[in-house]
Amino acid sequence: MKNETIILGHGSGGKLSHDLIDKYFLPHLKNSILENLDDSAVFDLNDSLLAFTTDSYVVEPIFFPGGDIGKLAVCGTVNDLCMSGAEPLYLSCGFIIEEGFSFDDLEKIVISIKQSADESNVKVIAGDTKVVAKRSADKLFINTSGIGFLRKDYKISGSSAVVGDKVILSGYIGDHGIAVMSERHGLSFETKIKSDCAPLNNIVRNILNEGLGVHVLRDPTRGGLAAVLNEIARQSCVTVYINEDKIPVREEVMGACEIMGLDPLYIANEGKFVAFAAPEDADKTLEIIRSCKYGESAQIIGEVKEKSKGKVILKTSIGGERIVDMPSGLLLPRIC
Amino acid sequence: MKYIDEFRSKEASLQIASEIGKRAGGRKITLMEVCGTHTMAIYRYGIKKMLPENVRLLSGPGCPVCVTEDSYIDRAIELSCKKDVIITTFGDMMRVPGSESSLEKQKANGGDIRVVYSVLDALKVAVENPKEKVIFLGVGFETTVPTIASVILKAENENIKNFYVMSANKLIPPAMEAIVSGDKVYIDGFICPAHVSAIIGSLPYGFLSVKYNTPCVIGGFEPTDILQSIYLLVKQITENRSEVEIQYTRAVKVEGNKKAQSVIYDVFEKDDAEWRGIGVIKESGLKIKDKFKEFDAEFLFPFKYKPVKKNKECICGNILQGINTPDECKLFRNVCTPEEPVGPCMVSSEGTCAAYYKYT
Repeated sequence: MKNETIILGHGSGGKLSHDLIDKYFLPHLKNSILENLDDSAVFDLNDSLLAFTTDSYVVEPIFFPGGDIGKLAVCGTVNDLCMSGAEPLYLSCGFIIEEGFSFDDLEKIVISIKQSADESNVKVIAGDTKVVAKRSADKLFINTSGIGFLRKDYKISGSSAVVGDKVILSGYIGDHGIAVMSERHGLSFETKIKSDCAPLNNIVRNILNEGLGVHVLRDPTRGGLAAVLNEIARQSCVTVYINEDKIPVREEVMGACEIMGLDPLYIANEGKFVAFAAPEDADKTLEIIRSCKYGESAQIIGEVKEKSKGKVILKTSIGGERIVDMPSGLLLPRIC
Repeated sequence: MKYIDEFRSKEASLQIASEIGKRAGGRKITLMEVCGTHTMAIYRYGIKKMLPENVRLLSGPGCPVCVTEDSYIDRAIELSCKKDVIITTFGDMMRVPGSESSLEKQKANGGDIRVVYSVLDALKVAVENPKEKVIFLGVGFETTVPTIASVILKAENENIKNFYVMSANKLIPPAMEAIVSGDKVYIDGFICPAHVSAIIGSLPYGFLSVKYNTPCVIGGFEPTDILQSIYLLVKQITENRSEVEIQYTRAVKVEGNKKAQSVIYDVFEKDDAEWRGIGVIKESGLKIKDKFKEFDAEFLFPFKYKPVKKNKECICGNILQGINTPDECKLFRNVCTPEEPVGPCMVSSEGTCAAYYKYT
């Protein structure tokens, strides 16, 4: 059955989102920078290498355990910049506000933006506000764009993974998705899980300053670890092997996933990243990540073993093997 | 969680897998896991690859969404177009293709369709929206039905007049008989469902071992549960026994959960039911008793028969019976994908085609 209109799944970061890009955006807007499809666009300007990115935040609820839409809007864009190897510098911030939204909540969110910007060492240097009629938006949407400075000696891209690379994951997966889902109306269980929402530029700076052989950096947001590993495998034309035993998942996240029939590999994160590092530099890279705030639980979870059309294979915890596919559509809880 | 970890032990799993190989010798053995949750666990943990080639697992008709007849989803879509109706459903039903649309697409076009996590949440929607008619899509097996029945009883007790159930609830043992009594596929033994059996116990499978000489083992959902169930079946087969054994003893008793059984039959009664791809199976469905017809969506909104449009090349029906595997379907991966599904087996979280697509 063909999709004739946009459905929610088109925004989920999985196959439908990629279809939308391939069929509707790229054919009209394609150029040598956009076609790289990395987290940030990288371009040369007067002999300086710059990274530029944009993202919109529509999370519901806007306040959730461990963060809010403001913190998310800063960290998300900062992380998109540093996943290209850039040092984030400046952000713009656009607000679309539904009429009736409270001043108190708006101020809380603006303060949260300020705190996150300070922590990430970036400045908000441009902004815009639009107010729309009741039900034309849901409370508050935020768009942030960001610009960063790139070192010339590094080429970090989803297409740079090579056979032999070790895959490093910076910590526990699934915290953000489960924290938000458990807050959402209608889910009748509570967890103590907090969103992992955090800026990652400090960790990335420390890795790059050491001059280590890191080829790919990417943050597994929508679509989770499964989506980013598949993207990288396809962009680099390699098969990525990962070990289920090595992937850090909190017991509470695992429990919530089991209740809902979800797989933590597909749950969103907002403060984690994967790094593909040359085998001789993998241990050192892991050590640096672990020594930084937000990277204490990092693990080497797998490696790139061969050239292919792009596949991700999981060694299961009991010694079996299976494919990890790109997510498709929205995550929907099961019947029984 | 430590308790569960023991059932996911790598050492134990590898050891049981090796014992299965030794016990089976070179004998060709075909087993069917009836339940969709077993199917997903088998693929998710890569269990097929741990078994010797001569021990084959086929997936059966145990995904409630997959066996729901095509016309049901068309009727649900028709209801979702009515002005004063809110459809409540478990997430699995959202993407199932009807003749021309799906609930997910109806929602995108403005239909008030809400995913709920329990039947009680659907009742809550009814209480919060007294002017709307709130219809719950009751699609499930013996596991889900007791909660649906108890919520109908609660609605009656609390005099909630705007809550309705559209029932396509079904019973598992009659479907297993339909498979084993046919001549399309030969099954050496059944891995019987875990949660269904927690409700009905082991006795309702007795006829399969006695009348059809088909061994049955009720197995849990963890990987070592599944491997041990396969081992017990292989042992029965190689010893020429056919019995109903319970591997999942931590949840299943011989007599089942009597209270849940009685709640089911307080509200529902057995009726012939149509299973997608299999056809009508006698006394395999549960319809709402006349006494509770004010909660029956089909009573509130009588439907006229409309022919269902479907792709003739879709072989979901055969896949549900273990006659074919998904890769034998011409549409699989080419025309039929999770994004543009032709049959429900591709979209349900427990569907065989979905498992095959996602994990192989």
